[in-house]
Amino acid sequence: MAKVQDLLIGLGARVTDRIWRLGFAMRFFVMLLVYSGQTFARPRLLMREIWFSGVLSLIIILVSGLFVGLVLGLQGYDTLQRYGSADALGVLVALSLVRELGPVVAGLLFASRAGSALTAEIGLMKTTEQLKAMDMMAVNPLARVVAPRFWGGVISMPLLAALFSMMGVFGGYLIGVVFIGVDEGAFWSQMQSSVDFFEDVLDGIIKSFVFGVAVSLIAVFEGYDSVPTAEGVSRAITRTVVTSSLAILALDFVLTSFMFGS
Amino acid sequence: MNRTMLDLWVGFFVAIGIGALIFLALKVGNLSGANFAETYVLQAKFDNIGGLKVRGPVKSAGVVVGRVANIHFDSTTYEAVVTMNLDTRYHFPKDTFASILTSGLLGEQYIGLDVGGDEKMLKAGDVIAKTQSAVVLEKLISQFLFNKASEGPETK
Repeated sequence: MAKVQDLLIGLGARVTDRIWRLGFAMRFFVMLLVYSGQTFARPRLLMREIWFSGVLSLIIILVSGLFVGLVLGLQGYDTLQRYGSADALGVLVALSLVRELGPVVAGLLFASRAGSALTAEIGLMKTTEQLKAMDMMAVNPLARVVAPRFWGGVISMPLLAALFSMMGVFGGYLIGVVFIGVDEGAFWSQMQSSVDFFEDVLDGIIKSFVFGVAVSLIAVFEGYDSVPTAEGVSRAITRTVVTSSLAILALDFVLTSFMFGS
Repeated sequence: MNRTMLDLWVGFFVAIGIGALIFLALKVGNLSGANFAETYVLQAKFDNIGGLKVRGPVKSAGVVVGRVANIHFDSTTYEAVVTMNLDTRYHFPKDTFASILTSGLLGEQYIGLDVGGDEKMLKAGDVIAKTQSAVVLEKLISQFLFNKASEGPETK
């Protein structure tokens, strides 16, 4: 009987802890938004963070976008030519990239490339008590450290997703038109007549913006809330990558069902 | 405040990011093309519109001259009423024939306008009198089979 009681107490404590942490994360988010005004008043800080999470992620985003496009071109051609509609290759490549693969894969790469680095940086600052020292000097660490990193990620993410989609379309063009020999006019004109700016491209941009907010928030929160030890920081980084990847995939389903469900 | 190398890189990143967005908008999406500046409205009634969609093209001689604006069902005549926006540059005679056609074997459906010989032109808000419905494959096949069956004994 005592064992069952212990089990229930343990379970209850765990659930309470999770909900408590979620509530703290929400308050953290609100405070972050409150102090964001100070971030935009000091653009130099923001520039450094855009460089850190945007410019440094360029290579991995561009190269993976190109390869995803190449694979889509090959696979799409192989399937489409069975039905005699290889001309629709451009539509297939562009729609799958702009609607889904661009925002989602770029978001996953962003979470592991930039999100983990954000968590590590803030976690290490906490471990070495830099955040406390700032507080002592009447510098708000939320405004000085956390908010610029958050907004840097939010601004970088849609641009990275757009670059990913562009490289993917280029990769599909390279395989389809240059190597296989699909008609170039049909490739572009079918793509342009089927892809709508407001329904497809804009929805993709909205998705990537939402993913940017989610990944950046999770990354800075995990860093800020990490246990200030070496092990604690490494756990926080793992949690960032796992949680933000799950968040991207779950949010993608929700957003897709809103945008294309009807 | 002085310029730094960091600003250059951030500027480069933002510039190519916006460049990619413009590429997606203009080259991949169709933000630039097929939006008509000024349009006028025509209506046409069909017995069956098949798979025609709102925003579907209206073509004459293969050229896109307008888009389908609205499709609704008229419950008094039991017909589908299709509202089209046509470019004001193009005018069509009163006896223009509107039919629902399919581009390619499995392509999207569009409204084809075949021009007649009337000297009076259709005005904004007019209804096209002569229409032909979409071809429904099942009806076509059943008609064909029915004809075959009915003429069967005579040929023997």
